[in-house]
Amino acid sequence: MNDLSASLPPETGRRGKTQPMRWARGNGIRGDKTIRFTFDGRVLEAHPGDTLASALLANGVRLVGRSFKYHRPRGILSAGPEEPNALVELREGAQREPNSRATVTEVFDGLAATSQNRWPTLKHDMLGANSLLAPVFSAGFYYKTFMWPASFWEKVYEPIIRRAAGLGRAADEADPDHYEKATAFCDVLVVGSGPAGLAAARAAAGAGARVILCEQDSLTGGRLRAERVMLDDRPGWAWAQDTEKYLRALPEVRIMTRTCVFGRYDGGCFGALERVADHVAVPQAGQPRQRLWRIVAGQCILATGGIERPIVFPDNDRPGIMLAGAVRSYVNRFGVVPGRQAVIYTNNDDGLRAAADLHDAGVRVAAIVDSRQPSSTAAQAMARQVGAALFAGGAIAGTTGHTGLKAVQVRDSAGKTRRLACDLLAVSGGWNPDIALATHHRTHPVYDDALNAFVVSSPAPGLHLAGFAAGALTTDAALAQGDALGRAAAQGAGSDPATGCAMVLPRAAEKEGYAIAPLWHALGRAGQAGKAFIDFQNDVTAKDVSLAAREGFWAVEHLKRYTTLGMATDQGKTANVNALAMMAWERGRSIAQTGTTIVRPPVQPCAIGALAGTHRGRHFKPHRLPPTHDWAVEAGCVLTSNGIWQRAQWYPRPDETSWQETVNREVRSVRSSVGFCDVTTLGKIDIQGADAATLLERVYVNAWRKLPVGRARYGLMLREDGFAFDDGTTARLAENHYVMTTTTANAGAVMRHLEFCHQCLWPGLDVRFISVTDAWAQIAVAGPRSRDVLREIIDESFDLSNEAFGYMGAANVRLRDGVGGRLFRLSFSGELAYEIAVPARYGDALARLLMRVGAPYGITPYGTEALGVMRIEKGHPAGPELNGQTTAHDLGMGRMLSRKKDFIGRAMAQRTALCDAARPTLIGLKPLHASDALVAGAHLLPRGAPADAASDQGWISSSAWSPTVESWIALGFLSHGPQRHGEVIAVHNPLAGTVIEAQVVPPVFVDPEGSRLHA
Amino acid sequence: MSSDRYSFLSVLREALRGQTGWKPAWRKATPQDSYDVVIVGGGGHGLATAYYLARRYGIRRVAVVEKSWLGNGNIGRNTTIVRSNYLLAGNVPFYECSMKLWEGLEQDINYNAMVSQRGVLNLFHNDGQRNAYTRRGNAMRLHGVDAQLLDASAVRRKLPFLDFDNARFPIQGGLLQQRGGTVRHDAVAWGYARAADRLGVDIIENCEVTGMRITDGRVEGVETTRGFIGAKKVGLACAGNSSRVAALAGLRLPIESHVLQAFVTEGLKPFIDCVVTFGAGHFYISQSDKGGLVFGGDIDGYNSYAQRGNMPVVEDVCEGGMALMPRIGRIRLLRQWGGLMDMSMDGSPIIDRTPVDQLYLNAGWCYGGFKATPASGLCFAHLLARDEPHPVATAYRLDRFARGAVIDEKGMGAQPNLH
Amino acid sequence: MRIHCPYCCTRGVEEFTYRGDATVRRPDLDAPEAAWVDYVYLRDNPAGPHAEYWYHAAGCHSWLVVRRDTRTHEIFSVQTASEVSEA
Repeated sequence: MNDLSASLPPETGRRGKTQPMRWARGNGIRGDKTIRFTFDGRVLEAHPGDTLASALLANGVRLVGRSFKYHRPRGILSAGPEEPNALVELREGAQREPNSRATVTEVFDGLAATSQNRWPTLKHDMLGANSLLAPVFSAGFYYKTFMWPASFWEKVYEPIIRRAAGLGRAADEADPDHYEKATAFCDVLVVGSGPAGLAAARAAAGAGARVILCEQDSLTGGRLRAERVMLDDRPGWAWAQDTEKYLRALPEVRIMTRTCVFGRYDGGCFGALERVADHVAVPQAGQPRQRLWRIVAGQCILATGGIERPIVFPDNDRPGIMLAGAVRSYVNRFGVVPGRQAVIYTNNDDGLRAAADLHDAGVRVAAIVDSRQPSSTAAQAMARQVGAALFAGGAIAGTTGHTGLKAVQVRDSAGKTRRLACDLLAVSGGWNPDIALATHHRTHPVYDDALNAFVVSSPAPGLHLAGFAAGALTTDAALAQGDALGRAAAQGAGSDPATGCAMVLPRAAEKEGYAIAPLWHALGRAGQAGKAFIDFQNDVTAKDVSLAAREGFWAVEHLKRYTTLGMATDQGKTANVNALAMMAWERGRSIAQTGTTIVRPPVQPCAIGALAGTHRGRHFKPHRLPPTHDWAVEAGCVLTSNGIWQRAQWYPRPDETSWQETVNREVRSVRSSVGFCDVTTLGKIDIQGADAATLLERVYVNAWRKLPVGRARYGLMLREDGFAFDDGTTARLAENHYVMTTTTANAGAVMRHLEFCHQCLWPGLDVRFISVTDAWAQIAVAGPRSRDVLREIIDESFDLSNEAFGYMGAANVRLRDGVGGRLFRLSFSGELAYEIAVPARYGDALARLLMRVGAPYGITPYGTEALGVMRIEKGHPAGPELNGQTTAHDLGMGRMLSRKKDFIGRAMAQRTALCDAARPTLIGLKPLHASDALVAGAHLLPRGAPADAASDQGWISSSAWSPTVESWIALGFLSHGPQRHGEVIAVHNPLAGTVIEAQVVPPVFVDPEGSRLHA
Repeated sequence: MSSDRYSFLSVLREALRGQTGWKPAWRKATPQDSYDVVIVGGGGHGLATAYYLARRYGIRRVAVVEKSWLGNGNIGRNTTIVRSNYLLAGNVPFYECSMKLWEGLEQDINYNAMVSQRGVLNLFHNDGQRNAYTRRGNAMRLHGVDAQLLDASAVRRKLPFLDFDNARFPIQGGLLQQRGGTVRHDAVAWGYARAADRLGVDIIENCEVTGMRITDGRVEGVETTRGFIGAKKVGLACAGNSSRVAALAGLRLPIESHVLQAFVTEGLKPFIDCVVTFGAGHFYISQSDKGGLVFGGDIDGYNSYAQRGNMPVVEDVCEGGMALMPRIGRIRLLRQWGGLMDMSMDGSPIIDRTPVDQLYLNAGWCYGGFKATPASGLCFAHLLARDEPHPVATAYRLDRFARGAVIDEKGMGAQPNLH
Repeated sequence: MRIHCPYCCTRGVEEFTYRGDATVRRPDLDAPEAAWVDYVYLRDNPAGPHAEYWYHAAGCHSWLVVRRDTRTHEIFSVQTASEVSEA
């Protein structure tokens, strides 16, 4: 072995102080200010503008993380969101944020970062021993083993696997930060603010378009910040800065930095995540941590640049091995040198630029290993310029340095290997255009042999690619392409081509070269002797790809799924193309034939909190409040959610010790005197028009034509498939004016159904609907004294007597204080009862009025629980009975079905299985012992039958303790139910381990004759 | 010597010699002229059908034709949940049969699909839901299936990090099926493929069916992109695309194709042990053995053959996630994808003959097809072999819609996007 | 996805409720049962252009007939359902 240089050069200059690797003030750094952060508890210094990665490198920290499977020591590979290795936990406690990429984390004063997936420490990780088992832990290893003995999987193997699973730790507490959502519209959305993006935004805005420019980074400029490109004799980044300033001054341009466009959806919709306050310790008051943007764009220009590929060679994962473009980014933008003695390994001219930049930053470039044979003239010139040895047709055959690179083995074109000491290896395997957003609609990328990468040749309509994303190789080309596409997109979005002024584009001082020669498997099979990593984070090696090929997992999706390639947090951004090139080589096919996997949103991982926005905790869904809500709360009610409605469940009194006691009192009060309950939540639909009755005929099973004005009727609706849909009462207020009530749950669905019937089925009908649920406050006043109470409220001129306003009466009324309202004589409780409706704004006053005038009768407000008890006592079906699986016959309403007319559901209701007499049908149940609780959800079996499914004949749908009957009672469905009244059956509740006996009875427990109703 | 059967010894041997002795998991078969049975669709159900045909019914001249790569449909796009917590008599025995097959799968097919019975917990948030789950849990118990009703404190002991104190819809309890859990989805396809292959089944990838040859009302084979393949019987197992393939035989089905999205986060140290479904929003979640949180919600809700979804459902699902477990706010969604669902008109599947002689249909799995894979394969194999329904699948007839004998677990009626 | 409502202009899909195939026609009451089974249950379910009902629930409450490609979600036309029914 011929050592070119056995040791690293001594530390010089300011090294040894804090930030020893900071060589200059980078173009993106505020070097005049110093901030402090910690990494694994160690206090370090940085400057504003640093990422965590650049700050760690500035401090000479190279070991940052551990890989997933083998726990290999890992450093920093990239300078962007594609980073597979440098993942850390950020912040602490409830704000702990695992798997955060150091390369996109902006450092702020006080930032705490911790390494993850290691124990006990990053440097000494016991699970590093996994590496020793690597011969066993090959791809697909799990599927072949852990099967013996069978019972060991859950008890032994899986717990061990789960202990080793995952990377970082989720926070233990609720996320304390806030998130919000916003929507933005534009003519042209430009994604990326490199030369192409800035030129595109400038041109589109100049042509009169409304423009949004999104940049995931904190600074605009893209690669102009990373490269030493001169545009018109000024640094490229300065041009970017000026252009940004110019654009920001335009009224119709919005520049959004720290905003990643993560997904492209249908109809010109894009999802974007703005990191509003991730770069500060605490968000400002009123500021969210992140903001989710839904951007609706007429046209979109993707100027997303490219992602550099690593090269696959043995032990290519050590800290200190870095992408060449990332090296330049650290040197130029951040003023940090990632090492003191470097080797460059490249298959293209672009990679050479790292040599010049490092050299000028005072780093010794020991060698340039150029896989091309012969190497390019640019390589030869560069080697001379920086004084490096050039290995044309060379390869890196291995590396050493456990927790940081110490040397590389260079194999020259003659096959001779020598050791080169270095602490930095800059690699470039070429660049992939970043086309992720262009492929979200399953547009398949095609392989471009000249570019050695996948491109999108025919993007979806309205989508354009510019700059390197479209394969433009030079800054000049990117600028020109962005400019042209910006103008075209503005026109495509409807801007007048005549508007706008042509602007002069700057010119780059030199024309960048690329001259790539493919290099997918640096050493062929020999390179598989060591661990040559393709997917760094998931530890997928070249060997794993070979094994996948051997076992027939040829399809790229099989390769991915079998080896876990590309499934880590970086989604294989640096790995996928290398892997499928390797598969192509294994199978002797081209890359184009091998194809590529489908890229899915999000382009970058996106916090779940941001996607949820404000919809969490108590604000998960809106609270819909009935008009008497404030009064009910004052009255001390207990609230319950009924869908999104908040309703009073019961009104406890201080002396009551259980809710049951309260509900019993409320029921008894109604049955003995009078009570009231807000029933506003029932859907109310106002129906008007000459054909209103015809429409009712068609949506209800029963007849409506003969309903007189001033009367209401119960109606049942079916779905078209013949099953019960909804029920309620509809009142005829005038010749062509009805008001329908629906159940609370189906208010929206019934409205939609009526509109469907009218607009889609019978558009010729002269009828109109509007939902008036929120317009009217409706209160049920129930009980034998309800008429007495109403007499105190309703204008004297209105005759409330049973003769004048009998059961099912409906009328417009005036209250004594002049408010106009509606009165219905309806009863859900089975008592003499009314529902009174007033404009919603009077609902609160009405409740208070009822309390006042009802006081002499002991009026009692009651909640949904008492309402439910009384409807069970009366046998009225509700949600549990109208569950979408029952027919009119099942509900005991088979005879309501008119035979004289067409109505929704009539035809299908006649099908054989729906007419089967054995169908479970509505019954009542009373336990043999009154105190035996009947539980809804229990099943009904013949007495003495075995407790199995074959004996199952029905179930309990609703149950309650009836203070009126002084027994548990229930409604349920039982096969041949109506013929079995009087039979004693067994009520099985295996979940609770109980069986009780109950008698089948008719489903009406109180006043079966209905005399109270008609009183 | 190459290694074929997976055993402790073969794994060790291959470790020592660089994993060079493994054979392909399944042969890359080329189509023969004809088969006893051609199964259209190389997904979980089709492969399982082929396996059971060969293994249990002795029919080995079987081909599975797949238009793309094996397992590219819903077997490779689901959220990996298995359970048998159904309500209706038409469903419970079938899904329980499936669960029992899952429990013995690894030994049966000599492939570790990581069947992991860590439990499936359905949360409820009001009395109505509790009653419905009570009815369901009791139905399960009467069918001999395990079920437990947990109260809020028992749920809290199991999953202390759920939002119990600040929730819009407080958790009242849950229905737990402890035998439910997850299975490594791709491995199911690979395992069945490998096992079927070893029994002589031809698995033919990149072979799209383009037509059906039907003479006098009887199917004689399938036209494919790789030529005509004759068959005594043809079984369709291509859920998601059932309508398209059935249309080749002139059939219209009670099915709409919809997209269901699924999501996975970055890998995390495990903290969610069982599968949890949120009863107050459209959200369910589990954590894989790799550490990713795997979750999903409702279908996008409109006919779709695009295997991708849109933003509103993404947001809706994440809202459910945050409402249920607010500690996941800073966890990042890594990937979202979509699969095509055969949404049937009553939400339940079809395993039946068709009006075309010797053409059989396995379809309509909605978003519940994965858990059904083994039983679906077994019952479809039974039907293909014996020409009569398997005893646990007698309800899944095509004529049930005409008869009204629908199996509507949710009570939503003939509107597929509501099931 | 966004739908152009003839009354309310282009709105996000979240404002709309879906109903399915808009080409099926409700049979007469005395039509054979098979026609009803067809209407209620059977669907072409095409991969490609599909005429379908959408309801502008969070807007004007119009039922719309949208012609959309089920493979790409490209929308070709939107009409009100009543206009289609009457045509």
